[in-house]
Amino acid sequence: MNTQSNAVPGLPVESTVTDRRYSTRPFYWSVRRELWENRSIYIAPLIVAAVQVFGFAISTIGLADRRRAVLLLDPAHQRAAIEQPYDLAAMMMIFIVFIVGVFYCLDALHGERRDRSILFWKSLPVSDLTTVLSKVTIPLVFLPLISFAITVCVQSIMLLETSVVLIFHGMSPATTWANVPVFQNWLVLLYGLVAIALWHSPIYGWLLLVSGWARRATFLCAVLPLLAIGIFERVTLGTSHFGSLVMKRLMGFAPGAFDFNPHHSIAIGSLTQLTPGRYLSTPALWIGLVVAAAFLAVAVRLRRYRGPI
Amino acid sequence: MVTIEARGLSKAYGTTIALDGVDLRVEEGRILGLIGPNGAGKTTALNAILGLTSFQGELKVLGRDPWNSRDQLMRDVSFIADIAVLPRWIRVSQMLDYVAGVHPRFDRAKAERFLAKTTIKRTSKVRQLSKGMVAQLHLALVMAIDAKLLVLDEPTLGLDILYRKQFYDSLLNDYFDRNRTIVVTTHQVEEIQDVLTDLMFIDRGRIVLECSMEEFESRYLEVMVNPEHLAAARALKPMHERPVFGRSVLLFDHADRDQLAALGEVRRPSIADLFVAVMSGEDGGQKSEERAQRSAVRSQKTEKEEQRQ
Repeated sequence: MNTQSNAVPGLPVESTVTDRRYSTRPFYWSVRRELWENRSIYIAPLIVAAVQVFGFAISTIGLADRRRAVLLLDPAHQRAAIEQPYDLAAMMMIFIVFIVGVFYCLDALHGERRDRSILFWKSLPVSDLTTVLSKVTIPLVFLPLISFAITVCVQSIMLLETSVVLIFHGMSPATTWANVPVFQNWLVLLYGLVAIALWHSPIYGWLLLVSGWARRATFLCAVLPLLAIGIFERVTLGTSHFGSLVMKRLMGFAPGAFDFNPHHSIAIGSLTQLTPGRYLSTPALWIGLVVAAAFLAVAVRLRRYRGPI
Repeated sequence: MVTIEARGLSKAYGTTIALDGVDLRVEEGRILGLIGPNGAGKTTALNAILGLTSFQGELKVLGRDPWNSRDQLMRDVSFIADIAVLPRWIRVSQMLDYVAGVHPRFDRAKAERFLAKTTIKRTSKVRQLSKGMVAQLHLALVMAIDAKLLVLDEPTLGLDILYRKQFYDSLLNDYFDRNRTIVVTTHQVEEIQDVLTDLMFIDRGRIVLECSMEEFESRYLEVMVNPEHLAAARALKPMHERPVFGRSVLLFDHADRDQLAALGEVRRPSIADLFVAVMSGEDGGQKSEERAQRSAVRSQKTEKEEQRQ
């Protein structure tokens, strides 16, 4: 065992040692493996980004005239009008990445059983825990990071496009730069992505569990039980608490994490509207995290029992 | 040193008993052939050894409980399953990166050397390789792992005869030494006859025959009996009788070679012949007699048909 800790990373231990060992990083390589297999993780956001950039480029036709009209509005409306496409781009990205995460999780522990490759993965010294954690890292860490990076790029290109068009028409691009506080927005975006990832963790946990359990039709297996419970509750008790619980799990991060200005739109205008303290003291957040951990524990356990389908 | 030790190893799937109290002991440096009809419990036994299935009874592989410490066990155990289980989406170079990244006993340079002898390109995806090349790739990976136990479950299934021959040649010449143990199941019994050091027949979840190859060679004799000596030969209580070209071939356990030589042509049976003898003996004496009679009738019939033509 000592030889392993003495080993220089990446280099073989002296071959005079009969018990040759090489340093390993199972978790790191398991995450890379996921990225090799599921290229949609970054291709889907990139395609959306390309569409956004291209669409925005077309929308800059006639931008100068529209900008002149916008500048006649009061400052609040000015800002809303100029900032809107940027917010829209960010929200679209967040939505797309959520969809990608959902379908990734549904296949994560199902695909390896379907193509029998689970027999190969299990023939390597990688624990089920490492495997499941590497898979949940994708929606909880990797997808938020890549959506952040791509959104930053998209918004930068949009700013550049606008500036070039305005300068070309002899106008100052300052009206855009003043109304789109990009660095502040990026900070808000990063905060929002972390808040959403934590809030959605039980959803990803549930989907991973189902993908490790179901023999086929993982999407139906994940959704139908929820519908069944909702319908059962509606029929027997006439209430819809379960339905609102599910809806809250999808969207409920917003009231805790942000302090929305009731007089304005849903846009976040200032960093004082971020309320991490309040968010972290929301019981629903912690309940969600505990439930996520429980789902993942079941998924780890299931993987031990599961073989090829 | 004992590599595998099992006592009362049992496994039931519902009401189907796959393993019925198997006692097993495989010493270091042996090559054990596990032979049995379909559904005999071979794969279940291997899965239990590999930590892929739960079981009742006692089982220690390299001193570990495979079910509860599969990931640790897999540092010292390699496994090639019944069909190509390598993920089809992965590139050869990614495969090398991944195994090197997670396996402390994987010698990448060695794997590269094995691959250099093949036509497999580093940039190819597994899906682009032929069956034979996938088997070569898997073998290259496994031979570069300094494991103590190698488990092969129908490793050459679906390969043409050249690849099959090459597969076992590589294993014997480039991989096997006295510190390693190999357990192999296959239906191509004749191919591994000269490879094995030990032989085990398994049927309906039980071990029905267990012997070393030296024992096999000294214990079992086959005689193609001259028709006039048939009654005398049958009186010596053969294990099995089968017709070959209208003559009877009798298989004896612990018989005197000189005595048999007087009855006809004596030779060493193949594993396949012994397998058939043991399996038909399993059905009970009466049944095997019936079967012998039936086959005798059949051979008479074919003779008559031949005469007619």
